[in-house]
Amino acid sequence: MLEHFSFRVIGQYLPLFLKGLWATCWISGISIFFALIIGVVACGMRLSKNKFFQKLAGIYIESIRSTPLLAQLYFFYFGLPSLHVNLNEVQTGILALALNSGAYIAEIVRAGIVSIPHGQVEAATAYGLNYFQRMRYIILPQALGVTIPALLGQFIVLVKDSSLVSLISVLELTRAGQLMASERFMPAEGFFTVAAFYLLIYYILKYLSNWWQNRLIYMEGH
Amino acid sequence: MIAVYFKGLMHTFPLFLKGLWVTILVSGVSLLAGTLLGVICGILRTVKKWGISKIMGFYADYMRGVPFLVHIFIIYFILPEVGIQLDPFPAATIALTIYAGAYISEIVAAGILSVPKGQWEAATAYGLNPFQRLRYVIFPQAIRVILPPLVGEYVLLVKDSSIVSVIGLTDVTRVGWLTVQRIPEGLMVFGLVGILYFVVCYPMIHLSHYLEEKVSYESH
Repeated sequence: MLEHFSFRVIGQYLPLFLKGLWATCWISGISIFFALIIGVVACGMRLSKNKFFQKLAGIYIESIRSTPLLAQLYFFYFGLPSLHVNLNEVQTGILALALNSGAYIAEIVRAGIVSIPHGQVEAATAYGLNYFQRMRYIILPQALGVTIPALLGQFIVLVKDSSLVSLISVLELTRAGQLMASERFMPAEGFFTVAAFYLLIYYILKYLSNWWQNRLIYMEGH
Repeated sequence: MIAVYFKGLMHTFPLFLKGLWVTILVSGVSLLAGTLLGVICGILRTVKKWGISKIMGFYADYMRGVPFLVHIFIIYFILPEVGIQLDPFPAATIALTIYAGAYISEIVAAGILSVPKGQWEAATAYGLNPFQRLRYVIFPQAIRVILPPLVGEYVLLVKDSSIVSVIGLTDVTRVGWLTVQRIPEGLMVFGLVGILYFVVCYPMIHLSHYLEEKVSYESH
């Protein structure tokens, strides 16, 4: 029945898809923002000398990485109300996405920091810089440059993962496709359109990542 | 009240174990099939003829770009339109296999390309045919690069298998979802679900780290 693929109905539903696309973009954007903060803090804790902070960050990172996002999402969605924390679906989704990505970002940032030769830290210390100055002026600028392609990769994963919040009935791109599929009995039109929009986001991010990587290679060459 | 819920949860624990078994089964079957598919596509990816590597590249890009949730909806809801009706279990297995195959193909291709070109040339000069070259010269060297991320990919596979619960396969996530309708203690129910996944995934993550360290140690 795919010969009856109806572009006309896709056209009718285009406003819904665009609304969903916009929701996917801003939900992912806010989530990655919080995930970056969580990730840098968790990484800082993990690399700190304080055993308690180290353990705490370790437990957070390991438990997030060993469980699926969907289970985490349901954990907050069904679990928070019994703690009398009332978040709406969008807030719950952003919370779960940010906490999930934060753990992966912590590992990415850690790999970036570890990749910096120790001589840099020693030189900075000899220069009389304190811990925050060393981080701010010597370590982070170098670590971030190396990690940006990996961070963009994580952002791609986050955009894809954000499709799961459709399961707690947030209207975003996947949900828009589901609505069209169920209202018009047109799963092919609905889900292929959704897939095309996700691919669009993916290719933009991939292009950015490649561009940055080439720039890095260029900078290292000069 | 909590104690009552906890008792109820303990009562349904066998169901959780059954769900865990479904999770392990569906990810285990797709793991084997996906590895096979991934190795074939990974080898094809290094073939620089007739645009084969381009097609394989698009396959990998498509799976990287489109969420697994959308992918499984496509398999489960669109294939019936062309006359292929699938039960949840085969649909889930096929979806996971195709999905994991794409990621594994990238890992395998990267592994093959990491072997220096001279090795290929030497093997050719030695009179080996393409199959022998791969089997005896390239793969034994590439496997060290392939293995650590491959195990990492298996962890992702187990975790992604939670999404097949949306098409009605009673895996451990769906058991949790069903249980939480009767026992409204989300933290407890999905805490248990999380622990069950943790038991499977945590050792695998450590195996991946161990392999990584072993490989980088041996190359020194």
